[in-house]
This record gives sequence, structure tokens and C-alpha cells, in this order.
Amino acid sequence: MADTHSHAANAHSGDHEHGHSGFSHPMPIWMLLTVFFALLGLTFLTVFQAQFDLGNMEIVLSLTIATIKAGLVIAFFMHLLWDKPLNAIAILSSLIFVSLFLGFTLMDAQGYNERLIMDPNGDLLERSQPKGSLVKKSE
Amino acid sequence: MTEVAHADGHGHDHHDHPSWLAHHFDDAEQQYDSGKLGMWLFLVTEVLFFSGMFCAYVLYRNRNPEVFEFCSSFLNEKLGAINTGVLLFSSLTMAWAVRASQLKQTKILVGMLGATLGCAAMFLGVKSVEYSHKWGIGLLPGRYYVAQVENAPHSDTNYLQMLCVAPAILSAIFLLYYVYSIVIASKFHQRVAGPLLVAGLCFFAGVGLGNILESGDSHESHSVADHGHTEDHGHDHADHSTEGSPTAEKAAESKGAAEEAVSFVKASSGPVHDVFVSKEEEGIPNAKVNNQGMAGLFFSIYYCMTGVHAVHILGGMVVITWLIVKASREEFHSEYFGPVDNVGLYWHLVDFIWIYLFPLLYLIT
Repeated sequence: MADTHSHAANAHSGDHEHGHSGFSHPMPIWMLLTVFFALLGLTFLTVFQAQFDLGNMEIVLSLTIATIKAGLVIAFFMHLLWDKPLNAIAILSSLIFVSLFLGFTLMDAQGYNERLIMDPNGDLLERSQPKGSLVKKSE
Repeated sequence: MTEVAHADGHGHDHHDHPSWLAHHFDDAEQQYDSGKLGMWLFLVTEVLFFSGMFCAYVLYRNRNPEVFEFCSSFLNEKLGAINTGVLLFSSLTMAWAVRASQLKQTKILVGMLGATLGCAAMFLGVKSVEYSHKWGIGLLPGRYYVAQVENAPHSDTNYLQMLCVAPAILSAIFLLYYVYSIVIASKFHQRVAGPLLVAGLCFFAGVGLGNILESGDSHESHSVADHGHTEDHGHDHADHSTEGSPTAEKAAESKGAAEEAVSFVKASSGPVHDVFVSKEEEGIPNAKVNNQGMAGLFFSIYYCMTGVHAVHILGGMVVITWLIVKASREEFHSEYFGPVDNVGLYWHLVDFIWIYLFPLLYLIT
């Protein structure tokens, strides 16, 4: 155990330019600033793209930008790139479970969405299939 | 590593470990790694905790996208964007603080922690303006929601003043503390009191900034809501709107067809699971979504998510204050910086959550 420890630590300290002993890994300032300005730029981009009506693509685009930003924060600010793999596995698995949670709940909700009609007298439900013909009929 | 051999050779019952190394750890690195793993596991629970609220958001938005379109026009995009920038900057200063603690740059460390604390306070200041503005015009959760009409009477209660009471008292205490620290000429107390005072003032800077942007934007948000009203009609039955609405209006003129026209408008201009609008509510713009059941639920989700996030900011401020005290005592160095790193991880997670909240709540068109 101590052996693997020291091996990892040596490999680690060889990595960075500071020649700093021990296990600490100070982030270079230029890297912090680059990440910060990249995050700011992406924020401007997402505010900018929100001005256009892109329909269904809008949510995909804004979530993609948000995920890139979140990835930058996790990888650099939270130092995960240089961290122990166990920590990366922990946080990434939590994100997988979140997607499972949201995905399956959404699938389930879609399954009975049509039956959740606020229609006390049931008259809409009768005429609701198919929706298009309902509109034409009333004209 | 030499420390491993050192610790192994001596055993643990002699109190020969440095004060910052807990007795039950072999060496500094083991202590650091254990603490960090614990922090990551805590962050995992945080992510899962927030995912419950995101689940509510996803289900409701999936079912009623028109509610989100309507309600997000009441959220001030500029304030959200400013707050995003403030949080991103605080993340930068926090990451820089970790670096400073590893390199034992005490002055930079205290400064960076102070900047992080100030940004957190400024975030809350802007948030206070947002919240108090919404409370004033009745954008409240659930059944407290007041349907939004133009030129509606606004509440006379000054919620912003109420929200500012606690920060004002705290700032006064910090000011007294700072003066005291200068009087007794204690470097330690000055290092602690300075950032605290700055943070207190930053809250009010945030309030001022928010007020400027909010007052410039309040008219716009109203007109946007109104614009959404006209658009709502056009866009929902986009294909047949040209014939649809005039037909409905003409039909309404003749008494016999009136009822049929009402049911046609209800059935055609939206998804089947629309809320049924009572007669007295029909004059309200966007009556289908502008009610307690629809918009009210959106604001429940909004206050829940941003409120819990704000509570996390408050918690972060408490632990950053603790770090400032420790940093002022010059406790951190390359072998012992775990607390700064772990609080940093927590702080970045709070930023991480906001990165998703901002586009999902504010930037819906």
C-alpha cells in the first residue's frame, strides 16, 4: 500500500512544473484564468443564443453549453483531472444515476400523460383522438 | 515516501505528529486523500439531492412547456447573467485560494477567500432584489400566486428592506470589529475583520446593482408578459390561426353559437390537458397559465430550487469565514491544505448547480 502510494506521488510530482515536494498540485495561474474566461465566454454565448427562437433545439443547445461549463468547472476548478480516479468514479457515477433517475421518471410520465387530463366531465377525452380532426370539425 | 517510513517507525502513541496531522492518519497525504474522498462522497449526495428538484422541473416542463415560456418572462435575465458572472468569478478566486494555500501565500490566500466571500454576498444581494421584486408584484409560489395583469396594484410592503435588516446588522458588527482590530493593532483580527466587512458591503453593492438593473427592466418584463399573451394565441394554433380566431369571434357574436365557440377556443388553442378557465377569469391575459395552478407551481419550483441554492451559498459563506480565521492564523501549507481544497470543492459544486439553473430558469424563450 505504501509502495503504490509513493509511486503515485513520485509520478505526480514529476508532472508539474513547480518542482513542489509532496502531494499538493498548485494550479498555474494562467490555467485558472483561461478556464475562467472560457466560462465567461460560454455564459455570454448562452445568453446570446437565448435571444433567438430555436424551437426544440434551444433546450438542447443551452444544456450542451451548460454541460461544457460544468465540465470545465469539474475538470479544472475542482481539479478532477489530476485527482484520484476513485473520486472521479464517485462523481461521474452520481451523474449517471441522475440521468437514469430523470430519464426513467420522464419515460414513466410519458406513459400515462394522456390519461392525466383535467377534464371533469370527460367530454374532451371522448373527442380528443385524433386531435387534428377535432379542430376541423368545429370549423 | 519518507513520511510513511517515518510514521511506521514511530507508531502512533507518541505524540510526535504535527498539530495539523490527526492522530489516526499515517501521513499528511493519507489525511488529505481521506478528507477529499469524504468530500466527494458528500458532493455525490448533494448532486442526488438537487436532482430531485430537477426531476420536478423536468416533469413539469415536459408537461406544460407553455407555463415555462410565460413565467420565465418574469425572471430578469440580466440579473441572472450578472449572478452567473459573480459566481464564476468566486469560483476562480476559490480555486486561486487553494493554490495560495498550497504555496503558503497567506496574504493572497486571505484576499482570495475574502473575494469569494464578497462575491457570495453580492450574489445574495442581487438575489434579494429579485426575490423582493417578485414578492411585491405577487409572483409567489402555489396558491399565493397573484394573477399578473397590467397596472395591478403592487404590495406596499418593502420586502427588500426586510431582507436587508440582517445584513445591515452584520455589517455594523463587522465594522465595529474592524475598528476594534485596528485599535488593538492585532494583525490576526484585522485579517479576519477586513474580508468580513468587505463581504457585508458587497451585499449592499449587489443590492444596488440589482436595483439598477431591475428598475431598468421592470417595464420590459411586463411588456414581455403581455407580448407573450398575444403570442400565445397566435402560436398555439399557428396553422389555422388566421381563420381560427376570427371565426371564433364571429361565432361569439351570434348568441346561439357562443357556447360552441368558447369550447372551440378551449379545445383548439393548447394541449388537451389544459386548465379550464372559469368565466370570471377569462378577462385575465394568459388565463390558462396565469393562475395559481400553473404559474404558481412554476414559482414553487423556482423558489425551491433557487432558495435551496441560496441556502447552500449561505452555508458556504459560513465555512469560508472559518477558513479565513484559519488562514489568518497561517495554518495552511503544502502538507495541510485539505480544508481549503474541500470547501473549494463544495463551492464549485454550488457554482455547478447554478450553471444549470441559470439557462433552465431564466433563458427560456
